[in-house]
Amino acid sequence: MPLSDDDVREILRIIDESDLAELQIDTEAFSLYVRKGGGDAEAPGRPRVRSVTERGNAGQASGGPEASAPATPAAASDGLATIPAPMLGTFYRAEAPGKPPFVEVGQRVEPDTIVCIIEVMKMMNSVTAGMAGTIVKVFPANAELVEYGQPLFEIEPA
Amino acid sequence: MKRIKRVFVANRGEIALRIVNACQELGLETVVGASEADRNGLAAREADRVVVIGPPPASESYLRDDLVVQAALGTRCDAIHPGYGFLSESPKLAGRARENGLIFIGPPPEVIELSGDKLRARDEAARAGVPVLPGKEIAPGDDARKAGNEIGYPLLVKAAGGGGGRGIKLARDPDELENLVSLARSEAGAAFGDDRVYLERFVANARHIEVQVAADEHGAVVHLGERDCSVQRRYQKVIEEAPAPDLDSSTRNALTAEAVAFANAVGYRNLGTVEFVLDVDTGEHFFLEINCRIQVEHPVTEAVTGRDLVKLQIHIANREPLNFTQSDVLFDGHAIECRLNAEDVARGFMPSPGTLSLFAVPENLHLRVDTALCAGATITPYYDSLMAKLIGHAEGRESAIDVLQEALEDLDVEGVETNRMLLLSVLGHDDFQRGAVTTDWLERAIV
Repeated sequence: MPLSDDDVREILRIIDESDLAELQIDTEAFSLYVRKGGGDAEAPGRPRVRSVTERGNAGQASGGPEASAPATPAAASDGLATIPAPMLGTFYRAEAPGKPPFVEVGQRVEPDTIVCIIEVMKMMNSVTAGMAGTIVKVFPANAELVEYGQPLFEIEPA
Repeated sequence: MKRIKRVFVANRGEIALRIVNACQELGLETVVGASEADRNGLAAREADRVVVIGPPPASESYLRDDLVVQAALGTRCDAIHPGYGFLSESPKLAGRARENGLIFIGPPPEVIELSGDKLRARDEAARAGVPVLPGKEIAPGDDARKAGNEIGYPLLVKAAGGGGGRGIKLARDPDELENLVSLARSEAGAAFGDDRVYLERFVANARHIEVQVAADEHGAVVHLGERDCSVQRRYQKVIEEAPAPDLDSSTRNALTAEAVAFANAVGYRNLGTVEFVLDVDTGEHFFLEINCRIQVEHPVTEAVTGRDLVKLQIHIANREPLNFTQSDVLFDGHAIECRLNAEDVARGFMPSPGTLSLFAVPENLHLRVDTALCAGATITPYYDSLMAKLIGHAEGRESAIDVLQEALEDLDVEGVETNRMLLLSVLGHDDFQRGAVTTDWLERAIV
């Protein structure tokens, strides 16, 4: 059973409302690990990676975004900000080949809007904007390797 | 079979630079996978390309085999060189590289797994006719006291998943043994994900001698002589040399022949080091473990054999047959390596990170310095404290010591604390100058 975006959001909502600091679920179909607030091991402001992977469906990028990594936007002097890559991996603008990109230049995004996917070894990590604003520019080409911290999008903060 | 054209270097510091330089000399392109802290390091600057694989903590960068393989694929490398430490002995990285069509410059994952399992390696050694220390696995429920009495005290409790000095405890009597076995079991389970422990005879007066072997993909195995690494502090090597001083030729021949026999028996591939302990009181020697990576101390072997071991690793990974035989391996002179570390010896060898306001190493025909540091560079707190390896190579041991003493005295280093004075006191010590020392000597005589 593939895990949908809505499922992930629902799980995250439940955890948000609970007192749990972290949660790990392992089933035949998927394993999921989430940690609230980044925990003490991580410096504040570092992107958090929330990972959900479908074991039965590994290898297919068409399963949809399976993890979520909020980026930490960095402000530039001209009033524009950039969304950096929260991890190294292959940059995908859309959920699957042939599907429309998550975001287009000129599009308005909210902090939790998914802007792209970064794939690491068949693991799809969706990246959220991390701030509200308008996408001004997309830096990497689709399917290109992006480094940790590399600017992905330029964004005009709302 | 494709040939290696572009190598992904999954390491940092002096060894990453060493690999980049070897590749350049072979006409290969290099991509260095660096953490954010090392993106401006010398290895990254010398390489054709640098890719930042993650933030500074090694657990989020250098220890992530998924990121390493993804980065190697994304930069169209054909091979991964893991260096030493980090993922160099990870069967997972080797396996993942192979699954993704990349050449792992090292042994196949099955061999790495065997060498990581110290208990299995011990059994394999015994089967190959290589002497091992009297010892025994202690499974839960086994009578540790009975086994302890058979071996005799004091003895060592070791973790099967340990190695390199990790997961070792000394038991002096049966009561202590019982306590340590259960403690060792829970610690090993937590540290290595493998709670098997075994007992082994403790050699009170021991020398650490290791043999460099090289095995190609076609079954040829040679040795490149031995190294003595007995100058240690808490199982961490401080000074290494080749050849081992005061080693009689029958022991030397036995060690090298047994190392080759072991490598043959386990189907070893690429470069490896078979470690032995030499009992100074009885003259006996025993197999300890095999390390399946390039060693920190490989330059002393390179100095005395005149062979480039990193290039050799790449040739072997390319499935080229060894282009020399055992009788072609000749030894010339004596080489000693000192590890210069950024650490505060007076404060319990605490790491001493900081920015180098001054760092200049003297030049001398008989001196080789492997370092990725220069003045202005910052030694971060994230990784080990090795700053540079100084290798003196001369006709005899005495002159090799002279070379290093002079180099350490003339070395300019400011901005961090170093172990320079400790290295000088070892080199200048009568015991060391006279010849072989034992593995407990440094802590007894100097520290």
